[in-house]
Amino acid sequence: MIYIVAIMQPGKLESVQEALTELGVTGMTVSEVQGYGRQKGKSEIYRGAEYQVNFMPKIKVELAVSASQAGPVKDAITKAAQSGKIGDGKIFTFALKDALRIRTGETGETAL
Amino acid sequence: MNSKITSYLTPLGLAVGLSAGFASPALAQQVPEHGVFILNSVLFLMSGFLVMFMACGFCMLEAGLVRAKNTTTQLTKNVALFSIAAIGYYLVGYNLMYPLGDWSVNGVFSGLFPAVAVMEAVGVSAEAADDISYASTASDYFFQLMFCAATASIVSGAVAERIKLWPFLIFTFLLTSVIYPLQASWKWGGGFLDEMGFLDFAGSTVVHSVGGWAALAGVLVLGARNGKYKDGRVIPMPGANLPLATLGTFILWLGWFGFNGGSQLAMGTIGDVADVSRIFANTNAAAAGGAIAAMILSQLSYRKVDLTMMLNGALAGLVSITAEPLTPTLGVATLIGAVGGVIVVYAVPLLDKLKIDDVVGAIPVHLFAGIWGTIAVVITNPDASLVTQLTSIVIVGAFTFAVSLVLWFILKSIMGIRVSAEDELAGLDNSELGMDSYPEFGAKS
Repeated sequence: MIYIVAIMQPGKLESVQEALTELGVTGMTVSEVQGYGRQKGKSEIYRGAEYQVNFMPKIKVELAVSASQAGPVKDAITKAAQSGKIGDGKIFTFALKDALRIRTGETGETAL
Repeated sequence: MNSKITSYLTPLGLAVGLSAGFASPALAQQVPEHGVFILNSVLFLMSGFLVMFMACGFCMLEAGLVRAKNTTTQLTKNVALFSIAAIGYYLVGYNLMYPLGDWSVNGVFSGLFPAVAVMEAVGVSAEAADDISYASTASDYFFQLMFCAATASIVSGAVAERIKLWPFLIFTFLLTSVIYPLQASWKWGGGFLDEMGFLDFAGSTVVHSVGGWAALAGVLVLGARNGKYKDGRVIPMPGANLPLATLGTFILWLGWFGFNGGSQLAMGTIGDVADVSRIFANTNAAAAGGAIAAMILSQLSYRKVDLTMMLNGALAGLVSITAEPLTPTLGVATLIGAVGGVIVVYAVPLLDKLKIDDVVGAIPVHLFAGIWGTIAVVITNPDASLVTQLTSIVIVGAFTFAVSLVLWFILKSIMGIRVSAEDELAGLDNSELGMDSYPEFGAKS
């Protein structure tokens, strides 16, 4: 099994979710985060004092998928979240050791 | 002498002496003329600062119903528009609205030579007062200014989350210096609507529907927020802070006692102060009616009570009673308010169906309920005529909507009134102001 962490622009969440649902993905976890990559920050002024804003709001989507699903899922996220501009985000892939459904106690791919 | 007799004589003597003193009519029936001037001025000052607090109410309501990324901008707009109203009304609006019989076009236009508002001299004497039978000029100016500012507040909620700051403020200046005072002069300034017998006690039409028409013109020229209407669906964009929205609604509710109560324009006689009392009580009843009606209706329609509908419902109730808060009984006032609450529950989804994106429900609350409130005057006030009320609604509406529409179009072509799609996505706080309302990361937290 594979664990995918995708960081993207906030406005893209809905189209990513729609694309994943079409693929048959049955669940995901979403959080609001802030971050930066090669996207530079900007400077702002607060009550006369200038300061640097480096962190930009992003959305983090995490999901666990079977090994065979991983490729299509990454492609779907990329396509839905891409705008071509700096700041589009990144997708990280982890090997997932195990998954367990709390309600029933099932483990393995049936728990996904 | 028997001590019992003396004990009768003393109170009797007292009574005779006192009634001799009260025999002069001035003391027996009413306060002296100066007392009327003073009490009326007190009414205007107290009501004035209650209505001023409504600016805070609008501000908090809007701050709570927009998303976090647009909150600072909304707050900025509200502080700015309130201040701009003070300047516009001072420079032009007050005298445009109250020509005191001195019209350029009789009953229609007084403003050929705009004049700034001028208060009475410091420590003015009774002989030198502008109108000793009425109230101090500054208290009248102060009170009326707040109504003008309230009209401007109405527009800012509807156009939120995508309008550019400065074009909005330019429109506000023109609304508060010209549009509002001009149409108000037709009724409250003694103009042709007043002569026709149009009745609008505290401004369901003159204030609320005017704000609503200007807002409607604005959202039509502006267009809906990006992503609000997609594939025939309506995408909710929930507000970031419901406690603020609720606080704002309660503050507006409180301020409305001044809004309606002060519009009695007199508190120097028993009749007048009793009328002001009726107005306070009726105003509250209407708000309650509107809130409960919206609550019940949203429960029935959506199977859940919707807090934001209740907030809108209470406000719609207040707008509904504003045209005639004096003559109804408490029960009728409650029902009039309840109809306002019903109107908003249906009007909000209706506007969405028409793809008219009003972020806070300003158009249902102020325009639709304002029209209803103006019509409802005929229910309890025998001096009102339905035809006159409707005619006035149409005249004020046509004027306000047309002029506002033209202004918005001019602003759009000169400087653009809408932020870019990117800026709208990133949030106005980011793009217009560079200041978060709820900063979370970095050195600030």
